[in-house]
Amino acid sequence: MSKAASKSKRGLGGWGLIAVPYFWLLIFFLAPFLIVFKISLSQVAVAIPPYFPTFDLAEGWQAFREGLSELSLENYVWLTEDALYWKSYVSSVYIAAVSTLITLLIGYPIAYGMARSPEAWRPTLLMLVILPFWTSFLIRVYAWIGILKNEGLLNQFLMMLGLIDEPLVILNTNAAVYIGIVYSYLPFLVLPLYASLEKLDGSLLEAAEDLGCPPWKAFWKITVPLSLPGVIAGCFLVFIPAVGEFVIPDLLGGSETLMIGKTLWVEFFNNRDWPVSSAVAVILLLILVIPIVLFQNQQQKMAEKNQ
Amino acid sequence: MTRGPSWFNVTSIVLGFSFLYLPIVLLVIYSFNESRLVTVWGGFSTKWYVELLQNDQLLDAAWVTLRVAFVSASVATVLGTMAALVLVRSGRFMGRSMFSGMIFAPLVMPEVILGLSLLLLFVAMDQARGFWTVIIAHTTFAMCYVAVVVQSRLVGFDKSVEEAAEDLGCPPIKTFFLITLPIILPGVIAGWMLAFTLSLDDLVIASFTTGPGATTLPMKIYSQVRLGVTPEINAVCTILVVLVSIGVIAASIATKRQQVQRERDERAAFGADG
Repeated sequence: MSKAASKSKRGLGGWGLIAVPYFWLLIFFLAPFLIVFKISLSQVAVAIPPYFPTFDLAEGWQAFREGLSELSLENYVWLTEDALYWKSYVSSVYIAAVSTLITLLIGYPIAYGMARSPEAWRPTLLMLVILPFWTSFLIRVYAWIGILKNEGLLNQFLMMLGLIDEPLVILNTNAAVYIGIVYSYLPFLVLPLYASLEKLDGSLLEAAEDLGCPPWKAFWKITVPLSLPGVIAGCFLVFIPAVGEFVIPDLLGGSETLMIGKTLWVEFFNNRDWPVSSAVAVILLLILVIPIVLFQNQQQKMAEKNQ
Repeated sequence: MTRGPSWFNVTSIVLGFSFLYLPIVLLVIYSFNESRLVTVWGGFSTKWYVELLQNDQLLDAAWVTLRVAFVSASVATVLGTMAALVLVRSGRFMGRSMFSGMIFAPLVMPEVILGLSLLLLFVAMDQARGFWTVIIAHTTFAMCYVAVVVQSRLVGFDKSVEEAAEDLGCPPIKTFFLITLPIILPGVIAGWMLAFTLSLDDLVIASFTTGPGATTLPMKIYSQVRLGVTPEINAVCTILVVLVSIGVIAASIATKRQQVQRERDERAAFGADG
């Protein structure tokens, strides 16, 4: 059945099928962003809700227009003036990028080893990668506190071996944040990477070997380029959420750790400044829009290829 | 590849999996620690589990979390399955790229943004926050995961069975429930389970969208963790880890068995033909 034929056949049920999830996402996903944008242009007020103007349609058109003129870019100006914000953005992107790189360096050998393992092992190995993904994020981050503390298990172990005399200070530093991000997001990178490595045609490598290509060169010239879609998908899946991460920098990081997710949280819950936290969210979204669109295009292309 | 696994591959798998599992294993071990000091082993004891049973606040939070997860996973599964059908079957329609954009974006969107934006929507709608607002929030992001899981199942789907049913005069709705749904069911179940655990896990979005009287378990755990590591929290975490692991392993065994059964049936059917 061609696409045109299926289109002409779409009846009331077909349109309903599209409309229900579509409207749900419009109302609960897209509309909220417009509201965030609007509030980022508002001002703080000691009121409920704590911003001004509020746009009550009952007050009529005149009040609406007056409210419109009250909107301003003040909060954005504030974000550029206070070094805390742009430092948070820069350091979030930096921490996320470094963590993504480390995750790739650790994840590639794992995915590669899985794809090269005997076929009978693969379903079990795959499930073992997926399982931590199902167990709570919060729990997995929490588990590291007990390990990385000054009197924690890692320091106890290293002192027992006699490798160190003084406990290493890891918890509440950026190092702990890197460990937390790499650990939490490792399955996100391994899964797409494994999928593309498993599809790789082994005969290509054999051909290269037969023609006298050394293994490392064959790996570099054949395996790496062919696994690139998996690498890209995996890196996006790590990088994008890591930029806005809140739980990891909050629980494992220290006062030196500046990440925008945490800044937004503090601004919202501790300072009760909704307009500024909205402005922080808008800028964060602008930073992430390019990687998110790239990620979507890639996903769509892969989905179409599979069809 | 005909060769066996090289030492390099075995080492990277072993090291990789130890990295993934060691922290969780240590957490489980220390939940049985007699001592209140989490990092000093004081002998085996299950007293923290007993103490847990008397912690009403924690039990309340667990009950709220389970109800939220159940309702939001169920709604998300219906919406997500519909969305997957639209993505795979509906061909081109106006706003299709926006639709798929709205499906894929929440998968990577930072939780703080999703939480904040939904909260501001509820405030703008003058909606009292609590149990139901958390459910709406969880449904919204979980349905996107369900859509992706079900979509992958729909892609490798033999349409001719469906077409045969329709040619024989079966109405589309009936075809869906009699033919399509049973075939994609493993994907739908996996989607439900994923939505359920995502909801069970979520701290950030729930913190933004909840109100008085609807404190979820992750929020409770988080507020205690901020005060320090306690064996009680280790015990809660252990229970959650064990429950989720049992669920996932049982589901994957069931799927596998079903697959084997179907292959056997198919072989039997073809055998009868010949």
